[in-house]
Amino acid sequence: MTANRSYDVVIVGAGSVGAPAALSLAEAGLRVLVIDQYPSVGQGSNKRAIGGLRATHSDPAKIRLCLRSLEVFSTWEERFGDKIEWRKGGYSFVAYRGEEERTLKELLVVQKKYGLNIDWLDRQAFLEVIPDLNPEGLIGGTFSPDDGHASPLLAIHAFYSRAKKLGAEFLFNEKVTGYDIDGGRVRGVRTDKGKYGAAVVINAAGPWGMEMAALAGIDVPVRPDSHEGAVTEAVARFLEPMVVDIRPVAGSANYYFYQHDTGQVIFCITPSPSIWGLDVRETSSFLPMVARRMVDLIPRLRNLRVRRTWRGLYPMTPDGFPIVGWTHDLESYMLAVGMCGQGFMLGPGLGELMARMVLGKTDEKDRETLSYLSPYREFVGQEKLK
Amino acid sequence: MKNPICYNKRLCRGRPSKAEGEWLPVYRIEQHPILPIPARKSISFSWKGRPVEAFEGETLSSALIAAGVRVFGHHAKDGAAQGIFCANGQCAQCLVLADGIPVKSCMELVRPGVRAEPAEGLPELPRVDAAALAAAKPRPIETLRVPVLIIGGGPAGLSAGIELGKRGVETLIIDDKHRLGGKLVLQTHRFFGSIDAVYAGTRGIDIATRLENEVRSFPHVRVWLQSAALAVYSDKTVGVLVEGRRYALVKPDVLLTTAGAREKNLAFPGNTLPGVYGAGAFQTLVNRDLVKPTGRLFIVGGGNVGLIAGYHALQAGISVVGLVEILPECGGYKVHRDKLARLGVPIYTSHTVLSVNGEDAVVSVTVARVDEKFKSVPGTERSFDCDTVLIAVGLDPVNEFHEKAREFGLPAFAAGDAEEIAEASAAIFSGKIRGLEVARALGHDIGEISPDWYRTADILKSHPGKTTPERTPAEATGVFPVIHCHQEIPCDPCTGVCPNDLIEMDETDIRLLPSFVGEKGGKGCTGCEKCVAICPGLAITLVDFRKDLDFPTVAIPFEFLKDSLKAGDTVTVEDTQGNALGRVEVGAVKAIKTNDRTVIVKVRAPREYANKIAGIRVQPAEVGEPLGRYVERTAEDTIICRCERVTAGAIRKLIRDGVRDINEIKAVTRASMGSCGAKTCTPLIHRLFREEGVPEAEIVDQPKRPLFLEVPLGVFAGLGEEDNGLDRE
Repeated sequence: MTANRSYDVVIVGAGSVGAPAALSLAEAGLRVLVIDQYPSVGQGSNKRAIGGLRATHSDPAKIRLCLRSLEVFSTWEERFGDKIEWRKGGYSFVAYRGEEERTLKELLVVQKKYGLNIDWLDRQAFLEVIPDLNPEGLIGGTFSPDDGHASPLLAIHAFYSRAKKLGAEFLFNEKVTGYDIDGGRVRGVRTDKGKYGAAVVINAAGPWGMEMAALAGIDVPVRPDSHEGAVTEAVARFLEPMVVDIRPVAGSANYYFYQHDTGQVIFCITPSPSIWGLDVRETSSFLPMVARRMVDLIPRLRNLRVRRTWRGLYPMTPDGFPIVGWTHDLESYMLAVGMCGQGFMLGPGLGELMARMVLGKTDEKDRETLSYLSPYREFVGQEKLK
Repeated sequence: MKNPICYNKRLCRGRPSKAEGEWLPVYRIEQHPILPIPARKSISFSWKGRPVEAFEGETLSSALIAAGVRVFGHHAKDGAAQGIFCANGQCAQCLVLADGIPVKSCMELVRPGVRAEPAEGLPELPRVDAAALAAAKPRPIETLRVPVLIIGGGPAGLSAGIELGKRGVETLIIDDKHRLGGKLVLQTHRFFGSIDAVYAGTRGIDIATRLENEVRSFPHVRVWLQSAALAVYSDKTVGVLVEGRRYALVKPDVLLTTAGAREKNLAFPGNTLPGVYGAGAFQTLVNRDLVKPTGRLFIVGGGNVGLIAGYHALQAGISVVGLVEILPECGGYKVHRDKLARLGVPIYTSHTVLSVNGEDAVVSVTVARVDEKFKSVPGTERSFDCDTVLIAVGLDPVNEFHEKAREFGLPAFAAGDAEEIAEASAAIFSGKIRGLEVARALGHDIGEISPDWYRTADILKSHPGKTTPERTPAEATGVFPVIHCHQEIPCDPCTGVCPNDLIEMDETDIRLLPSFVGEKGGKGCTGCEKCVAICPGLAITLVDFRKDLDFPTVAIPFEFLKDSLKAGDTVTVEDTQGNALGRVEVGAVKAIKTNDRTVIVKVRAPREYANKIAGIRVQPAEVGEPLGRYVERTAEDTIICRCERVTAGAIRKLIRDGVRDINEIKAVTRASMGSCGAKTCTPLIHRLFREEGVPEAEIVDQPKRPLFLEVPLGVFAGLGEEDNGLDRE
């Protein structure tokens, strides 16, 4: 097989990162090809994301990228007309114990430093934001009104459609089997169906990022674990922000939920200990575990009917931060993997940064951002709010 | 209750009440030729603040239908009127507010004094009393180990349960209904099949009772009613909603899925108007709940389900305006088709439905003839006045649990419709075999299952075979039966009842046609009429020339109210196919105890056509007359996903843009994201692909995931009703 088609950039993975990156690269006028193993866009982890979007992280890299993402999401409908069910509902982290109060207040100092719109609300003020919250033992919590949520399904489809309109090509049902490498430089991508020349290859393969990097002989510390989520019936609006409860209990580290634009509540739990691996088959332990906690937190949820459950993958890195950057050992090969469950909210901001990297147009701030995400950083420390 | 009211005066052709301007509801079946009408305690509740009468133990939806309510609310998205659809707890079209709480009215029993309101737009999430909840003690979710779990207590599940019970195998049968029997409890007609194997000749409702009594006689078989399977999980555990309010996990060694079938649907303009629903839903309302949701019914589909639904409608006193079948011949048993035609229901083959018309309710249906490519032929459109349109265009197996179990490595079997769509008689027999196979899989020595059993199972599943031309007997003396059964179907009850053994069939295959042999050992027909009464197809008459050679007496089976005909009445008699032969006088109407509610009507008819008589017309011809001109529906409201109100046009556009992954259609349009869990729209989306010329192999299906039914979070949290903390104000 010979490479009959050649591209400026070939992206492996049409997901939360690959699709917006393709859009940014196509906007820059580059010839882009996106290859995905699934039959259509966003069928890996994107469609399993619950849709939370926040900039209120605790490090400059994610804060910067997500602030930009929020701009993209919040203005998308007005700019391009596609409905992506964006809603500026804010994020709230609840505190019922001294431990959580301390953790959240510590983070607040950092978050404030980066200019984020987030505050500590005492019990009364917090109940005004979430009137149905169980008041028993509530201390208060943090609230960031500029965060929000959108539909991962509709958003990725909007990015994909616009990228295609601008000339990006997508190949589905195609699995990458290797790379053409010559003189320490990647020259193209081989798949089970063909061969594509590329000046730049981007690995945006999410939970399969490690596998895809290994095909190039590169070792990336990305390991997927799985979280289970669910969606309910739609009801009239009763809840605005994403509610996050970080109290660890046996079986789960934290859980979070919000009322989507459609009126449905979407919720998710972080298992503890983590369940490593690619298994995304539904389990019997999820619903009883999460339901007990949610009904305790917001008693009114007890009559809300659960419609559907699923399980998705969080491509985790040792320190909980994404891995984005050029590889040293293989020229023109970029990693954009290990989003640790935040690919959807990072996607648009990250996609633009990736385009600047490909075009060699990064600025000082970009380089600072990338230093946090470097594949060659020392993976020490732990992200506090994963 | 002083002034019970009717909300649908158009339908309410009943008795005006004493109160000025009010109407009394007559949407109940007050007498039925087959079904007993039980005496029930009257209770009252309110709908939109006005008092309504109901019976204790009936569902809220049926109580509303009995009061003439057809519109239960309006959809949040486009304001479309919503009404009863599945009557089976599977969708949320019948959502209403009961004391402020959104409930599926088809699964909610009516409570005295309950304040019911239509669900307009998105329902408010009920508020709860936090103090009451604080006192609530959530129970841990119980996990139960059991050797065999059977999902579905219908004909297949009960038959399997009986075999397992006989062998002392611990078995749990779960069923989502209030009683066992599945769809058998809706079947007022006598069953086909084999007397030996599957109770042929007995009515479905009575088979249900026999199977239930037998299964309940085994101490090793446990039954949970009102208990629905929600999911099979990867840890080989089945989530069950027990008695509608408690969640339990069941870990079986073997899962047997006998969950039956769901009805297919059709896409056409007006297809989601209240009053358009499946034949199964109809049978539930009419034969289980004894309500009369319609006065004038139109049926789409000439398979057994549609034909039988038409028969049940007539028995319930409902006019059947017509039936369309897109194929040149009805696919159901010819005896069913003939029976319906004889009763006076016009059957239009090579016809399809173009639209159902009306704003908030069905007021007419428009049909047209189709060409050999099944395209409607312009100029052949006709509209009929009706208030309900039944869609009976086939069934799909409910096999999600079976498939998931297999995927997850849980030993799994399926029987009945969940395995393969066929008659209930086939389900009874396949359940029996599968029960034995399950016992064997668990290490029980059950000996060899006879190859004959597998053969019988195949025969019972078989589709109608060839039709032979009718041959009317030439005899004009004595007494003899005339068998109006000319199509090969698996059925043999007539061969077992003749005291002189004069009705024969090739013993090796009950699909072959029976024949009357005249005499055996010097004994001929005694005129006992047993064969007339037993035939499930009502396809045997008895002609008796012994008293009068010119005007012989013809005994005709009749399954309508005995009082509806009396001696001296003049009736139109018809040949097998339903062609009128003439008007004759009724000599006698007799009900014999052993006849099991089939009445025998005796008429005196001229010798010229006495042998041709197969039935009596019941419905006057004018019922089936079309409207003067046909009604064209202009609204582009062919809905594919009724839960999310997604139109055919929106999905067709994506298909034409090259989309082949239903996940993508789902992501963009929300089709299949609604409350029914993609059960209704998935086959319709496939149909659209077919219409667009896309091969099935190119289509990617969306994955099926839990839950099978929507269930409140509180149930998973282990909260019971006693600690519900509902703030009903």
